[in-house]
Amino acid sequence: MALEAPAASGVAGRAKATRVVASHISVPRRVAEIWRSRQLLINLVSTEIRVKYKNSILGLVWSLLAPAMALLVYAIVFGVALKNGYPEFVILLFSGLLAWNLFQTSVLAATGAIVNNAGLVKKVSFPREILALASVGSASVFFFFQACVMVIFLVALHWRPAFGELWLIPVALVPLLVLCSAMAIFLSAVNVYLRDIQHLTEVVVGSAWFWACPIVYSFAHIVEPKLSTHHILGIPLIWIYFLNPMVPIVLTFERVLYAKTGLVPLTTAGHTPTQLLPTWGSMTYVELDAIVLGVSLIFLYVAMVVFGRLAGNFAEEL
Amino acid sequence: MGNIAVEIQDVSKRFRLYHQKYTSLKERVIHAGRTPYTELWALRDVGFEVEEGQTVGILGRNGSGKSTLLKCVCGVLQPTEGQVVVRGKLAGLLELGAGFQPDLTGRQNIYLNGSLLGLARSDIDKVFDDVVAFAELDQFIDNQVKFYSSGMYVRLGFAVAVNVDPDVLVIDEVLAVGDERFQRKCLDRLKEFQNQGRTIIFVSHSPDQVRAICDQAVVLSDGRMVGHGAPGEAVRIFREHLLEAGDILALGHGDDEAAPADEVGPIAVSTTDSSHPIRITEVKVEHPGTGERPYLITGERLTISLQYSAASITTASFVVEIRDDLSKVLLRTESGDLGAPLEIASGTGTVSFQWATFPFLDGVYHVSAGVEHRAGGRLYDWKESAAKLEVMNPTKNVGLINLPVAVTLVPDR
Repeated sequence: MALEAPAASGVAGRAKATRVVASHISVPRRVAEIWRSRQLLINLVSTEIRVKYKNSILGLVWSLLAPAMALLVYAIVFGVALKNGYPEFVILLFSGLLAWNLFQTSVLAATGAIVNNAGLVKKVSFPREILALASVGSASVFFFFQACVMVIFLVALHWRPAFGELWLIPVALVPLLVLCSAMAIFLSAVNVYLRDIQHLTEVVVGSAWFWACPIVYSFAHIVEPKLSTHHILGIPLIWIYFLNPMVPIVLTFERVLYAKTGLVPLTTAGHTPTQLLPTWGSMTYVELDAIVLGVSLIFLYVAMVVFGRLAGNFAEEL
Repeated sequence: MGNIAVEIQDVSKRFRLYHQKYTSLKERVIHAGRTPYTELWALRDVGFEVEEGQTVGILGRNGSGKSTLLKCVCGVLQPTEGQVVVRGKLAGLLELGAGFQPDLTGRQNIYLNGSLLGLARSDIDKVFDDVVAFAELDQFIDNQVKFYSSGMYVRLGFAVAVNVDPDVLVIDEVLAVGDERFQRKCLDRLKEFQNQGRTIIFVSHSPDQVRAICDQAVVLSDGRMVGHGAPGEAVRIFREHLLEAGDILALGHGDDEAAPADEVGPIAVSTTDSSHPIRITEVKVEHPGTGERPYLITGERLTISLQYSAASITTASFVVEIRDDLSKVLLRTESGDLGAPLEIASGTGTVSFQWATFPFLDGVYHVSAGVEHRAGGRLYDWKESAAKLEVMNPTKNVGLINLPVAVTLVPDR
């Protein structure tokens, strides 16, 4: 009885997972299925990266070139033309853009993820959330490339980031990834039913949201002094500014990589030294990021519920 | 007996057919709450169980819900009501090469497709060589699949699916691809799967395939399960439903008495004698099961009787023709050729044709009968498709006819 059957001779004895196909499957069950399909997630991410730059001469270099060009444009506009006078403005800009690009790339790609993979969704069964998550995954890979370039920048410009606060980067990265996943899952599902979402996301995440983050301007220099004194219905505007979950994350990145927390002498003549980053201690950043994490987790759960409701009809709607 | 591998519990699936699809926000707002659609139940309370190691065929006409059912089993569609419980790993072959990414090479696609079917990288490493060998793509495995021919594409898709070691394999009419040799290879692989105790559910348009492979079969018609049982029985029910649909079609344009069916028959209508010295009034098909069941079992005795009514004394030859679905003549017998032409006295009577055994395998056969002048050429009467004959094949043999056979093996010294 205890004899082990050779692998090919029979399948009757082996342990089998039970799977239920029904109109409603609970969130924990779907999360378990996503976890089981992690190999697929990895393969989809590598496919996306391979295919994206297939047949282009520069290939993967484009993933660095595109954000580098954006960086150059912002640096020229704000550093040279408008002369904001921030010393090594490129570093401040790049630290914020690093976090922002991860968010923007994953959300924009994920919105169309289900619609663009209609062929797959209609014919193969797998947890559909994977498609949205794959967009977040490939954006994370590009984030890694850009982080490498950031290191090169820092070395080239002899810039000293706050090595003591380097641990804050993962503290900000985790809520960022949860937020991206929540947005990705939510938008990819809704976009199947309302294709407007695609265009709306391009406008909102593509530009408006970007300007609501302290990336091309300094938080302590521009936002704080102006918004703290204004109120709407008794609420200070600065609170409303912090409703944007990307603000704490961008600030954390800037805190670690730009690292100028004190008064900074501006390069333009006739200006007194200015505060560019807030003077908060690292625990403030941890607290803010923790709040973002909490909110993002709730949003992620909601997104999973919505996705689960909508996923049943994907194959018909596409 | 064994464990249940797949339980389909009263599954219903409703589709909404929108007359006009509004997908933009503006249109949704404008037409809020009154998007016109009709409901279509593609599946209605379909329920059956598949035991571990069994092979189940699903038969049905186009639009009967076969593919919808398979999609529900695979989890591509979620049933509106009811649920499907699958025990073990399921590999679905709803479309060959569905997950292929044209820009990747065959090798990369094997890994991608394998993971779509739920395989870990290490598992794919193990079966990789088998997949390539099965697909016969050794030289092309590092080419991008967009340069593959459709045959290569399909071979690769099937090769991945059958090599992923599933407990339950679901196949949707994909066996109709590839050349004959590859098809046979696929069928061989399916047999191997069966011997290993794996469960297979498959849809086919070919009743022959279902009979050859399956242990049981399910017949769907308009989303409802109308038959479930042994393959032979199921194929018969399937044929019956096909025929019903065909009859409705024939009534639609066959009302016109002025265009008699024999116009398209094998014998020219111009020779029909208008005076009708003899007419056939009824064509009857009889077999040992007449009265109990509407069909004949392959190999049974068959009697076809023609009732005639003759107006005058004449010498005539009776003709019986059996044709298959495609109007191909399988059998044509003339009493005149069998011996002396029959001398018919005026009045009515019956002429019977008796076959000791009817060897044709299953199908629906049409019986036409006529009566002609003994020399031929002059046709007195012709009844086109006057009766139909349904045959059920209880054996696993496939083809046109069943002949007794003995298999012996003598090894060489």
